[in-house]
Amino acid sequence: MSPPSIGEKPRYSALRLFLEGLRGQKGWGPAWRSPEPKRRYDAIIIGGGGHGLSAAYHLARDHGLTDVLVIEKAWLGGGNTGRNTTIIRSNYFNRASQAVYDASLKLYEGLSRELNYNIMFSQRGSIELAHSAAEMEGLRRVVNAMQVNGIEASLLTRDEVLDMVPLLDPRRDCRWPVAGAMIQRRAGVARHDAVAWGYARAADGMGVDIVQNCAVSGFRIEGGRVTGVETPFGLIEAKVFGMAVAGASPELAALAGFRLPLLCMTLQAMVSEPLKPCLDQVVASTPNGAYVSQSDKGELVIGGGLEHLPSFARRGGLAKTREVVASVVEMFPSFSTLKLMRQWGGTVDTSPDNSPILGPSPVPNLFLNCGWGTGGFKAIPIGGKLLAHLMATGRHHPLSEPFGLERFATGRLIDEAHAGVAHD
Amino acid sequence: MTDAGLTPAPGSFPCPFCGPRDEAEFRYGGDPDVARPGPGSSDEDWARYLYVRENRRGLVREYWVHAQGCGLWLIAERDTVTHLIQSVREATP
Repeated sequence: MSPPSIGEKPRYSALRLFLEGLRGQKGWGPAWRSPEPKRRYDAIIIGGGGHGLSAAYHLARDHGLTDVLVIEKAWLGGGNTGRNTTIIRSNYFNRASQAVYDASLKLYEGLSRELNYNIMFSQRGSIELAHSAAEMEGLRRVVNAMQVNGIEASLLTRDEVLDMVPLLDPRRDCRWPVAGAMIQRRAGVARHDAVAWGYARAADGMGVDIVQNCAVSGFRIEGGRVTGVETPFGLIEAKVFGMAVAGASPELAALAGFRLPLLCMTLQAMVSEPLKPCLDQVVASTPNGAYVSQSDKGELVIGGGLEHLPSFARRGGLAKTREVVASVVEMFPSFSTLKLMRQWGGTVDTSPDNSPILGPSPVPNLFLNCGWGTGGFKAIPIGGKLLAHLMATGRHHPLSEPFGLERFATGRLIDEAHAGVAHD
Repeated sequence: MTDAGLTPAPGSFPCPFCGPRDEAEFRYGGDPDVARPGPGSSDEDWARYLYVRENRRGLVREYWVHAQGCGLWLIAERDTVTHLIQSVREATP
C-alpha cells in the first residue's frame, strides 16, 4: 500500500488523538481551507462531490498539478455522494466495466491509509439473490464472465445463502423463494461523507483550492475553447476544465453549448430505525427490486430501482417507497415490524447503456465525468483518477478509452442494463 | 383534447380520456420533439435522434402513455422539479 499523500496536513493517528485529548482537542484545525478563489488556475474542476474531489487529489498526486480549483455549488459531497447507499462492488458483466469498477474497488481497499482518513470500508460481501433456476443461470453467466477476467465472485447454493443470511424467508412457496445467489466477498460498504472529506483534505494539503457555495453560471468560450467560468466571484480562468456534476451535467453542458445523452431521474433510499447487528452482508434481489445492508449505527439501509419519470426534484415519491419496502419485507418478513426513520432522493444521470461517460466533451479542453447513473459512489476513486488523467494529458487512460461520448455514434455501447437493482 | 391548468391530486395523472388516474398506470415515453433523420444522415445525427433527450429543470414536453389504462399516447407539459402537469393532450400523428 502506498504511503499517505496528504501534503501539508498533520497526520491523524491514535497517538495524536490521545495527545489532543490531553490538550482539550484544540489543535486539530480545519480539514481544508476555504480560500477566496484566485482569478486564474491551471485547472478547474466543477463539482465538489466524490468524483470531483478525487480528480483534484489525483491531479495533484499523480500529475503534480496543484494549481487547481474545485468549485462546488452547494456543499462538499452534498449531492449523490451523500445520498447513495454506499455499496462498493465490481460484479459487472462487460470486460470494460469490470476493469473500471475493479480498479476502483482496489483503490478503495487502500484508501483509508492512502488518505490518512478512515473511510470505514467494510468488505462484508455482497449477495445477489436468484429466485429460480433460470435466474441462477443468469448469475452463473455473470460469475463466469468475472472469473474469466480474474475478478473474485462465486455462486452460493440455496442452503449456503440461508445459512449466511438466516433472516431471509426460507419458504419455498413465497413469492420470491431463494434459489441461490452470487457473492462477491470483497464487496462492501464505506462511509460516504468520509470519502469526500478524505479526498478534500488530502487535495487541500497538496495545494488545491476548494470553494463551496459557488455555482458556475456560464462558460467563457473563445476560439472554440473554454477560457473561464462565470461564478459569484466573477470570471475565473484556467487552461483545462473538468466537470463531475452528475445530475447537473445536462444543465452545465447546455451552458457550454452541447447536449449529452443523459436522462436525469430520481433514485431514492431510506433507513430503518437502528437494530442490533442482524445482517452481515449486502443483500440484493434485482428481480424483486430492492437491496439492503445494515449500517454501523444499526440502521437498515434500503434502496431500490429508479422512479419512473425524468426529474430534478431530489425527492422520491411515496409509490416507490412503498414498492421498495414491500420488496424488502418479502425478502425479510421479520423486518415488517420496523419503522422507517428517513427517506430521501438524489438526481442521477442515467446513460443509455448504463455505463459512464468519460472523455473529451465537444469543447476540446472541457472533460467529462458523468453518466454514472445509480452507480457512481463505488467508482469515485477511479472516476477521479481517470478524469485527472484526461485533464493532465489530454488523452484517455486505457481504462477510460471505451467510455468516450463517441460510442453513441459508433454504436460500441457497453450495455450494463442488468447491472443490479439500481447498481447502487 | 386538452386539460390545460389541471392540477391533479398527488400521485394522480390526468388522462384526457379516462380522467385522473393513478400515476402508476402511466409510462414515460420519451421526447416528442426529436425528428427522425432522413436517409444519408450522419452517425452523429442518428446518435442524437436515438439518445439525446430534452433533459432540464422546469417545464418540458414529454410523451406519456396510459399503459395500464386506455393505452392512449399523450403529450404532457410537465415540470421536472415540481412534477406538476400543466397540460395533457392526445398525441396525434
